[in-house]
Parts: sequence; C-alpha cells; structure tokens
Amino acid sequence: MKLIVKAQKPVFYTGGGVINSGNAAVQLLREFVRLTGFPITSTLQGLGAYPGDDNQFLGMLGMHGTYEANMAMHDCDLLINIGARFDDRITGKVDEFSPNSKKIHIDIDPSSINKTIEVDVPLVGDVAHILEDALKLWKSNVYKADKTAVKSWWKTIDKWKEKDSLGFKNDKKTIKPQYAIQRLYELTKDKDSYITTEVGQHQMWAAQYYKFNKPNRWITSGGLGTMGFGLPAAIGAQVAHPDKLVIDIAGEASILMCIQEMSTAIQHQLPVKIFIINNQYMGMVRQWQELLHDKRYSHSYTDALPDFVKLAEAYGAKGIRVESPAELDKGIQEMIDYNGPVIFDCVVDQNENVYPMIPSGKAHNQMLLGKENEDSKISDEGKVLV
Amino acid sequence: MIESKHTVSVLVDNEPGVLARVIGLISGRGYNIDSLSVAEVDTETHVSRITFVTLGNEITINKMIAQLQKLIPVKKAINITLDKQGIEREMALVKVVGIGEKRVESLRLSDAFRAKVIDTTHDSFVFELNGSPVKIDAFIDLMTPLGLSEVSRTGVVAIARGSEKL
Repeated sequence: MKLIVKAQKPVFYTGGGVINSGNAAVQLLREFVRLTGFPITSTLQGLGAYPGDDNQFLGMLGMHGTYEANMAMHDCDLLINIGARFDDRITGKVDEFSPNSKKIHIDIDPSSINKTIEVDVPLVGDVAHILEDALKLWKSNVYKADKTAVKSWWKTIDKWKEKDSLGFKNDKKTIKPQYAIQRLYELTKDKDSYITTEVGQHQMWAAQYYKFNKPNRWITSGGLGTMGFGLPAAIGAQVAHPDKLVIDIAGEASILMCIQEMSTAIQHQLPVKIFIINNQYMGMVRQWQELLHDKRYSHSYTDALPDFVKLAEAYGAKGIRVESPAELDKGIQEMIDYNGPVIFDCVVDQNENVYPMIPSGKAHNQMLLGKENEDSKISDEGKVLV
Repeated sequence: MIESKHTVSVLVDNEPGVLARVIGLISGRGYNIDSLSVAEVDTETHVSRITFVTLGNEITINKMIAQLQKLIPVKKAINITLDKQGIEREMALVKVVGIGEKRVESLRLSDAFRAKVIDTTHDSFVFELNGSPVKIDAFIDLMTPLGLSEVSRTGVVAIARGSEKL
C-alpha cells in the first residue's frame, strides 16, 4: 500500500489469473483500478477482466501489444502484476524489462514468484481474496494515490497514445485483416458474443481489434500456442451457451488442423461461426521468416487450399465468401443471422503483418510500429530466439 | 549470489514412479544431483523420504522447492541446510588393500575416525564409517595413499534439529 501511495508512474499489469479467480475478482479489480485512477494493461489471457473500451485501459501489452502499454511498462515506477506470469511474450528482453520499477506480484502459485522476474513484494494467494483486502485498506482512507503525479503520468501516456500504434491504412479493393476484425466487432458487440481463436496473425489481430468488456468471452491458446484450438473451443463454448453467438476467429491454416470437428457441430446442432481470415499464408510464420530470416520463406504459403464454401456445404453447413470490403458487413450480418454453423471465408490482403511488434531480444521501448521501420532492426542474437 | 551445496528433504507418497518424477523435475531444469537417498519412513501411511544434495544459490533452490511442491505425490519439501540448520549424516564402506606398514597405518587412522572393521583378510580391510560428508571425505583422502581400493557411500540423510517435525 505504501508503494501505491508513493507511486508517481504506476501501472496495473493483469492476466488470466484474474479471470480464473472468478467474477468477484473481476469486479474487485475494476473497482480498485477506478479508485486508484491508475492505467491498466492486460495480457492476452487477461482480456475482458477490465473493459476493453474503458479510458483507463491501455490495450494489450507484450510482443504485439500497444505502444502506450509497453512504454508504460518500461517507464513505470510501480508495476502491479495481478494474476500474470511475466511470460516471455510480455517481458521481451528480461534484463531490460521495466528497469526502474518496484514490482508487486499477486499469484496463487508460489512457483511463479521470482521465476523470470524478481519482484519486490510477492503476494501469494487468490486474486479475489487479496484484492478484497487491498480494497478494504484502500477504503479506510488512510492511503491515497498521488493525484498530481498520476495526472502528469497520464499526460505522458496520452502522448504515446497519439502514435496510434494500432492504426492501419485501409484499402478500398482488398479487405485489410484488421478492418475485418473491426467490422466483426462492431456488428457483434451488442450481442454478448463468445470469441475463440486459433493461433497466428488472426489471433493477434483479434486480440488487438476486438474489444472485450466481459470476462470469459475470449478463449484462446496462449503459452501452448496450439493451432486448431479454436473450433473445438468454440464447440465447447456453444454447448455451455446454446443461445449465444460463438465465433471462432480463425486462419485458413489453423482451421484445417481440426476441421473434422465440423461434423461434431453439425451432429449436435451447434451453430458455431467460423470466421476465417484467409491470407493463404501461415502469416505469423511468414512474418518471422520475413523479419528474422531475411525473407527466406519456407512452407508458409499454401497454394492448394480447399474451397471453404464448398467445404462448408460438404459438411451440411453454410459457406460464405467475401472478397471486397464493400460486401464485408453484409456477409458478416448474413453469418450472424444464419441459424446453424457457418464457415466464413474472408479473403484478405496477403501481405499484412502484425504491428506493433517487439522483436525478439529487444526491450519494451524498442518497438517496431510498422513496415517503415522494420529493416534490419533485429540483432543476430535476437534472430536465434523464437 | 554464491553457489553452495544444499540438502533438500522431500516427503512423498511411496508410489511407483515418484522418485523418477522428483528427480526428473530437477534434472530437467539442468541441475545435477550430488547425492541422493530414499527410503520409506512411515510404513502405515507409505510415506518415503527423499534426501538429495544439489549445488545452487538460495534463489534457485527455492524455485526448485516451489516446483517440487506442485507435484501431487509430494507432501512436503524443505531446504534442510538453509531453513533448519539440519544435521547431516552419511555412511560409507571403504575397502583398503595393502600389507606391512601401510596396513597398520590404515588401521590406526580408522581408530581415530571411529570406523569399524567389518571385514578383514591378510591384505585388506573393509571399514564402516559414519559421520558428516566432510568427515567421510577426509577419511577417504587419508586412505588414498594407503591402498584405497573401493568406496561405497549411502548418500546424505538429514533431519532438522530441535523438537519440530517436518
């Protein structure tokens, strides 16, 4: 508490532990963050614990996190980790991770404490219990955040926000994958939808451009990174919530890894929607080959994809293909309105990469923001990392 | 941080494969085990005690223990060296082969170490020796020029001082 009172540049860094702890933890977190007025960022698995469209939320952090979230992590003087594990996609270069901060770490698993990052205050326990105690202390009014300091911290953060790190150039002819996710979000946000993903570029775009306001609406394979996860996960979510809209945001390569589960969806009448961001590449693999391996492409392009519309029909589901931005909204609406499983083949720009990006072996303040500054920024040391 | 030897005591359910899991966890993270001893210590509840010695600093040993505590059959794991100032003992059987003055000298030294002669021929002794690992090391060093032939050691067992139970 004393650290929180003293903090000039604090940031909350929250993870899937908040969601696993349950709804009470989510509510307590929201209350605590609002009372302190501190900025908050979340890991991939923590999305939805804090509302994605809230002003205090900086977006996701880490390798493909926003500029403001990562800069805040790097420059902060107090880092409050709640239910996250300092994963390597979050920390980047460990020696240069958040170098000037005191670190508080709340985790239920003692073996997570000091595992990769040494912390100053380890708190082992359930997130909800610890936050409950913290809130009680906070509400006793003995402790107060340094409002002026936090205000000027927000000014710095707002400057970083101006970089608009998730900005992209839209196109009239081809669908930008980022735009596809944005439209999907806009057309489904009022529906309390459940989103699952496979693994790859589409997963990161979904995490960046789909805003989650409730916990447990985002189901994705993080540390294990299992392609093929999304469809079975969507089927499970649909069984649990038969009347809700469940969408698997997929890539054309990932979806083929568990496509046989379409049979399950048909057989059990589960109206899951599969939204394929189809760029004919294992995009994340291609992106790394491009950036880290001097464009020596290998096995990342697929020339012989199935016709996903016909594939859907072969299973007895509905297939929709959209190739131009103008038809996108209509197609998405058709998918939502159809009562049954749908495979949506969203044909997108083949050359887009996921930005921003912290390249391997780099620190949070050395992000690549777009194509312009990507050339040979990666050291040989970084290239051997994965 | 300074690396030194740490003795860790682990209480586990005596079930098939438990030793492999405990040791696999440690070796899988790149740590070598200097000494290891295992035996069932409670015949009713079938609890075994694993005592191992490994090289590392305080932080790495603590991480190791935190990982061990996540294994289901592990009931308790503790750094006996650091947390309990534990007592450590080991037994060794030492075979010395020689005749004449060297043979007499080995017998004389074994007396100073309170080692027992448990087997003898005209040109050999087998000594039984108990004590701290350091004492056993010293005995073996002394026997080396006197015809040391073979050593068998049990590995360290350890227990905390005082009335407290693990």
